[in-house]
Amino acid sequence: MLDPSRIVEPDRVRREAYTDPAIFDLEMQRIHETVWIYCGHESQVPKAGDYYTMQIGRQPMIMVRGKDRKVHVLYNRCPHRGNMMCGDRHGNTGEQFRCSYHAWQFHHDGTLKNIPMMDSGYAGTRVNKGSPELNMKPAARVESYRGFVFASLASSGPGLKEFLGKSIVAFDDMCDRAPEGEVEVVPNCFRVIQHSNWKLFMENQIDALHPSVTHQSTGRAAHEVEKQLAKKAKAGEALSYHMLSAFATVTIDKWDNFQTINYPYGHCILTGYMGLRPQDPDTKAYDKIMIKAYGQKRFEEIVGVNIHHVLVYPGLSVQSPLQQLRAVRPLGVDRTLTEIWHFRLKGAPEAIYRRSLAYYNLVNSPATLINADDLENFWKCHQGLSSDGGDWVSFARHHGHDIEKPGEVSSAPNQGTSEAPMRNQMKAWAKYMQA
Amino acid sequence: MKDQHAVEQFLYKQSELLDTKRWQDWIDLFTPDGIYWMPPAPEYKTWDGQPAIFAEDKNLMTVRMNRVLHPDAWSQRPLWETNHVVSNVTIEKSSSKEIVVKSRFHMMELRRDDVRHFAGSYLHTLVKAKGGYRIKLQRVDMANAQAAYDYVLQVWV
Ligand code: FES
Ligand SMILES: [Fe+2]
Repeated sequence: MLDPSRIVEPDRVRREAYTDPAIFDLEMQRIHETVWIYCGHESQVPKAGDYYTMQIGRQPMIMVRGKDRKVHVLYNRCPHRGNMMCGDRHGNTGEQFRCSYHAWQFHHDGTLKNIPMMDSGYAGTRVNKGSPELNMKPAARVESYRGFVFASLASSGPGLKEFLGKSIVAFDDMCDRAPEGEVEVVPNCFRVIQHSNWKLFMENQIDALHPSVTHQSTGRAAHEVEKQLAKKAKAGEALSYHMLSAFATVTIDKWDNFQTINYPYGHCILTGYMGLRPQDPDTKAYDKIMIKAYGQKRFEEIVGVNIHHVLVYPGLSVQSPLQQLRAVRPLGVDRTLTEIWHFRLKGAPEAIYRRSLAYYNLVNSPATLINADDLENFWKCHQGLSSDGGDWVSFARHHGHDIEKPGEVSSAPNQGTSEAPMRNQMKAWAKYMQA
Repeated sequence: MKDQHAVEQFLYKQSELLDTKRWQDWIDLFTPDGIYWMPPAPEYKTWDGQPAIFAEDKNLMTVRMNRVLHPDAWSQRPLWETNHVVSNVTIEKSSSKEIVVKSRFHMMELRRDDVRHFAGSYLHTLVKAKGGYRIKLQRVDMANAQAAYDYVLQVWV
């Protein structure tokens, strides 16, 4: 394996970072299985015993609601002989977890409740009630912020808030846009697999250069329909087409008007709004409810937040103004699962929810009109990077022109397509990998 | 019996149009307010206002078609074929104006060197029209719907 310290240079990265299985294992251990990883939203598990399973790095985990109302995150493994505890992706485990192999039972926090015939079977053995190895192992740390649950499999390291830093705005922006200050998950998860390394996804999400190239076919096709609907004065309907057409009608030079702000630990904010703040009756009705809830001044602050996309490195992408969230689950060096959710703004009118739904269905469903072409690029990148046709991936665009301040690096004005986010991600990556 | 035969012929024609990539003709099979709908799970009762894999009116179908026909629809560049088999055709309800018909399908898809299989059921709400039927609502329940999508669906199933 190439020494990780030789992989990253300020403006380029060795291809092995994307293709070497040994590097993948090391980054799972040092990054995903160490830092705070998004598990799910509390509203996914409203009742005691409700659970969802997910991967943190290579580890199969369960997020479960306890009778104490707390959300616990446990390894999906029975301490007896290692059987997976929950075979379904989600469900309700009832009063306790009960293993399907020999019926050991556990409380929702993972502590042992009962072993069948414990006294007769285990008298005089090393197994006795109360020994911690008889509990389902919990994640070392679990914290949530405004309903978004994160876990870290390492017992030390920065706390969740410190880790999130400025990227915490993803959750504030999303929740603040709800008149009740909270969001609720819509209980459907679209799951799509890409045939490439997980880092390509994280780089692509805030790659302001690619949309007008990659997505031009859909952008143009949608723009045609949008124009026709606008002629028929169906402005409300035209909006969902605008979400698509913006990918092509915002021409490549215009994307430079966007800006990325990059933070320690690899996080990134992409500013810019794609013209999703129209003055139609639905928006006005929503504004009224918001002003009633927050007052004019706070309302202006909330809807004035200029965010297109927030990335929480290494595994989360949030589009707060549209209430979309994608969690990245690496499956292997060349396979990555994205779990895609959207949320309802509590207290907002149905029409506002419909916007987020339209984006969810059109852009994020498994029949997506947009991501299909991203997935294609990811696969092709993986093919090219697996070859001996070159050793480096270049991130030199606008290198040396970024604006550096303590704790953040921004793309310079009119350089929104700077590859600053990729440079910043790989800088964080290199730091983690040295540990 | 007459309806049974006519409906079967209609379903075969629809799948043939997909497999021969005659998308405009395929779209024309729908009524002006017709909807093509693929719910994420069997328990969904309506396409409207809910998450959906597809929930497309004719406008959106047109976007999808034109996107696929665009020379820079990158993901459609490599050779790509589908083959549908439609069977188990059962008329569930029938009136002078409308017929509700359930059927099962199996679609094989080739993309580059890979073959994928999709299977499930169709529930067509057909209205009688000049020279046959038009689709008011086509519900597609995929047996695959619950699994992760290894790559995505580009065109209607
Ligand atoms: S493996 Fe779980 S009870 Fe035996
Ligand atoms: Fe994209």
